[in-house]
Amino acid sequence: MSDASVSRPRNAARNHRSYAAFIGHRLSGVALAVFLPLHFLALGLALEGRAALDGFLAYAENPLVKFAEWGLVILLGLHLCFGIRLLVVELLPWRGDDDDRAGLIGWGLALAILVGVVFLWGVI
Amino acid sequence: MKDMTPETDTLEVRIWRGRDEGRFETYEVPARENQTVLDVVSEVQRHHEPALAYRFACRVGVCGSCAMTVNGKPRWTCRTHVQKVVDGGALTIEPLRNMPRIKDLATDMTDFFDKWHRAGGRFEGTRTRHDPIQPVDPESRARKNANAGIECINCAVCYAACDVVAWDDDYVGPAALNRAWTLLNDEKHGDQRGTLDAATAAGGCGSCHTQGSCMKHCPVGISPTRSIAGIKRMSLMDFLNMRGK
Repeated sequence: MSDASVSRPRNAARNHRSYAAFIGHRLSGVALAVFLPLHFLALGLALEGRAALDGFLAYAENPLVKFAEWGLVILLGLHLCFGIRLLVVELLPWRGDDDDRAGLIGWGLALAILVGVVFLWGVI
Repeated sequence: MKDMTPETDTLEVRIWRGRDEGRFETYEVPARENQTVLDVVSEVQRHHEPALAYRFACRVGVCGSCAMTVNGKPRWTCRTHVQKVVDGGALTIEPLRNMPRIKDLATDMTDFFDKWHRAGGRFEGTRTRHDPIQPVDPESRARKNANAGIECINCAVCYAACDVVAWDDDYVGPAALNRAWTLLNDEKHGDQRGTLDAATAAGGCGSCHTQGSCMKHCPVGISPTRSIAGIKRMSLMDFLNMRGK
């Protein structure tokens, strides 16, 4: 019996922690790459004189900008930790056939959140 | 039996019919206590849909020809028990991803096997039948590395599970690189340089993003992720002129 209502199932091959870490690493990397020109712009303003930089720093005190900074700090922590896991997986000997250091994913996430908490602590 | 109550002793089986354009057909087959997904497909073909195209040979997990996508995951169907994968009394069966479809559940595996050659997977012997057999120390690190990957059955489950294969036509895939890794650890292989160059060329190990889906789904427990990491490490050591013999 033909059944047009049956849709193709979601690709369930991605349902595991290592894939989630890949997505986290990739998306945080893209977000950081988008942020990077703004970062260089801020650094460039420092060369243009005190007034230009002070103006930008005053703008950076805006709560929305602070919120974005907080997100960036977490993304940076996440990208760093997941990147270190990849280096461990690819450069160090494996301890077993299925040991792709998935434990480091949880630790990396926890560390990124901790960095975010420390940032909030400094701001509030 | 999980997800199958005694009153509903039938399975609802949805099978992809057609090629790229097609539809799911739904069949009802008896639910049995001891039943593989391949049993279910065979039952449909024999009793409901004689024209159903699918591929199998050995039925015991050796030949690697019966892999399909079952409820969204690539699996070897001859060794996958229905009760382990059934979802709400239903099975949805499709052809493997990442390969051109031929008809129904059969895919064209030509590219998959061609890529084994592209990744340097051809063994080059160094001795003839007249030479004495070359001794190999089974306890050596290289031999253990080769042994870890050598039982691949060429089922293409890893190839279908990998998103990089889906995104990048040029990527040779986990199975081909696993094969290259076994050769790079085989001291009888006469073209180590050629295999390393091929496995690290464009579309080789550098394209792998270490998503790990190949390792999670390999039905025989091989870790292509580990093999690919090994090639990456070996190519780095080679680049630094620190590769051991």
